[in-house]
Amino acid sequence: MMSKITPRNDNVMMGLFAVAVLTMPIWLMPIGASYPDLMQKFAIFGIFAIGFNILFGLTGYLSFGHAAFLGVGSYTAVWSFKLLSMNVLPAVVFAVLVAGAFSFLIGFISLRRSGIYFSILTLAFAQMSYNLAYSVLTPITNGETGLQLAKSDPRVVDALFVEAGAGIPSTNFFGIAMSGYGGFYFCAILLIVGFYLSLRITRSPFGMMLKAIKSNQNRMSYTGLNTRPYALTAFVISGMYAGLAGSLLAVTDPLAGAERMQWTASGEVVLMTILGGVGTLIGPVLGAGIIKYFENIFSAFNESILTSIFSFLPDGLQDVVVSVVGLFVGEGWHLTLGLLFMIIVIYLPGGLVEGAQRIRTYATKKREKKSAASHQPQIAE
Amino acid sequence: MGILQVQDVNKSFGGLKALHNVNLDVEEGAVHAIIGPNGAGKSTLLNCFVGRLKPDTGSVMFDGTSLLGIAPHEINQAGVARVFQTPEIFGDLSLIENVMIPTLAKRDGAYTVNAWGRVDQAAEIRDKAEHILEDVGLAEKREMHANSLSRGDKRRLELAMCLVQEPKLLLLDEPTAGMSRADTNNTIDLLKRIGERGITKIVIEHDMHVVFSLASKISVLAQGTVIAEGAPEDIKGDPRVQEAYLGGAHL
Ligand SMILES: Nc1ncnc2c1ncn2[C@@H]1O[C@H](COP(=O)(O)OP(=O)(O)O)[C@@H](O)[C@H]1O
Ligand SMILES: [Mg+2]
Repeated sequence: MMSKITPRNDNVMMGLFAVAVLTMPIWLMPIGASYPDLMQKFAIFGIFAIGFNILFGLTGYLSFGHAAFLGVGSYTAVWSFKLLSMNVLPAVVFAVLVAGAFSFLIGFISLRRSGIYFSILTLAFAQMSYNLAYSVLTPITNGETGLQLAKSDPRVVDALFVEAGAGIPSTNFFGIAMSGYGGFYFCAILLIVGFYLSLRITRSPFGMMLKAIKSNQNRMSYTGLNTRPYALTAFVISGMYAGLAGSLLAVTDPLAGAERMQWTASGEVVLMTILGGVGTLIGPVLGAGIIKYFENIFSAFNESILTSIFSFLPDGLQDVVVSVVGLFVGEGWHLTLGLLFMIIVIYLPGGLVEGAQRIRTYATKKREKKSAASHQPQIAE
Repeated sequence: MGILQVQDVNKSFGGLKALHNVNLDVEEGAVHAIIGPNGAGKSTLLNCFVGRLKPDTGSVMFDGTSLLGIAPHEINQAGVARVFQTPEIFGDLSLIENVMIPTLAKRDGAYTVNAWGRVDQAAEIRDKAEHILEDVGLAEKREMHANSLSRGDKRRLELAMCLVQEPKLLLLDEPTAGMSRADTNNTIDLLKRIGERGITKIVIEHDMHVVFSLASKISVLAQGTVIAEGAPEDIKGDPRVQEAYLGGAHL
């Protein structure tokens, strides 16, 4: 059963979400995921997926090229570190703005089509960006090596305030280092802000228009609404979220490479959103967390670990088991992901959020049955 | 001079001449019925008014401006709303949302980004939407998904979505098709009541009971041509109409 949508319930949900995010270091401890490197990935890809869901979940437009905006965000942030300052604030702001401008261009063209043609257009643009980053744009992207910081970078704003030290300075938020927990909490706070904004959008008249796009564009036009700019606005907003996520990847690890724009990265955010629950508020964050968590676990396995796990088996059998299981871990983790995805799409198209709702209705029904049964004798008396 | 003036409109689909030199003059405040056999071109004519189709030749003037070559949303913003032959509604949204969207479109125009306000707190819009749902008798179903409605209810919902915008001209393409007798009578009453609000209406209808209870003027379309036009009494007795459409029956 769904609780009613009121500002009050939303504030409660928002509070719970904030607490859950900020206490990740505590409750993720038992599953061995409470270290900053991994937790900030949860937050960053959570932001990416929330933004993606504003486009896909609300308007129904399925973009297969959102990694391009992630990449643009990373490059912009690294350039901000190189040219202006190691302070992350300008890096994040510029990344969001540049990704916004870039997504305006791509969205403007791609939204001339809908359905599969829209998806293909976004995919084509993203692959184009990826290839450009490797070739002609090398002066900006540093090609295959990727864009990195150098001691000789100008950092004009920093240069005004501090003497250059011996090494490359590290990223910071007004002095707070963005490595370790500092970086995690910075990402976590932006995740909370990003979640809140998406909540407001979902509840707003604008959000209702986006749902109308998904539902019936014809009716929308005959109702006096211009659908294209609404869809484009959603596209730009989700591109900005992607840019923010990309900049945070650079904040916590200041380099940017073209592989960030590859189609696999675009596909991953689709999986995250669908796994968690398309069009739900919390689903995309859940999906992002789960995929990043399992990626971390599964890709860590290698043959020698597997061999020792299955050492209790007789030799011949052990080899077979290890080589079969080996297909699904390490580099082969994407195979597991693919299987997981198939299972979700076939059995639980509403994602994990729908799964949770089903369990809840099942449980309440059972409880009601039970209490009805225990009340019966009294009625009979 | 009427609020809607249609002059010499022609429309062909490939070799098929769906509309042939159609002229229509709809008076302000009138209920103008268009009747005619299936495939006569009635829906096609409405499509030419709302920007779904562009006539090959001819002109369509509404309130002094041409409706040709402008986008559907601009036509609606100019004051034309339409109920389609196959209901066009927001199927996976709730009834109340279905009605709030046109209300917002009327108040805020074709494109407004209000991403901070809350739909559930927009009392003025909500009240208006609730009110119109009551008018069409769908108030208890306000939280249901529009897809789960019966065909007749979908029509009434679509009608509510148009009425809430208080259009100057309302186009109704078979508004009672798929409705029970009782629902049809309710709809007639409803349309009579909104007649009092001074909305001009064009009604396409097969049910002669509906036509003769509502219409102040009738145009008869057959094979893309207006073959007769006039007051209901005249049309009833017109032998050409009897032959082309009514076959002498049901009058
Ligand atoms: N979009 C279209 N493409 C091709 N033919 C069409 C199209 N729309 C309508 N027609 C044809 O035009 C004729 C008139 O159709 P329509 O206006 O729907 O008739 P009515 O509403 O009077 O029953 C029919 O023969 C129909 O098949
Ligand atoms: Mg028709």
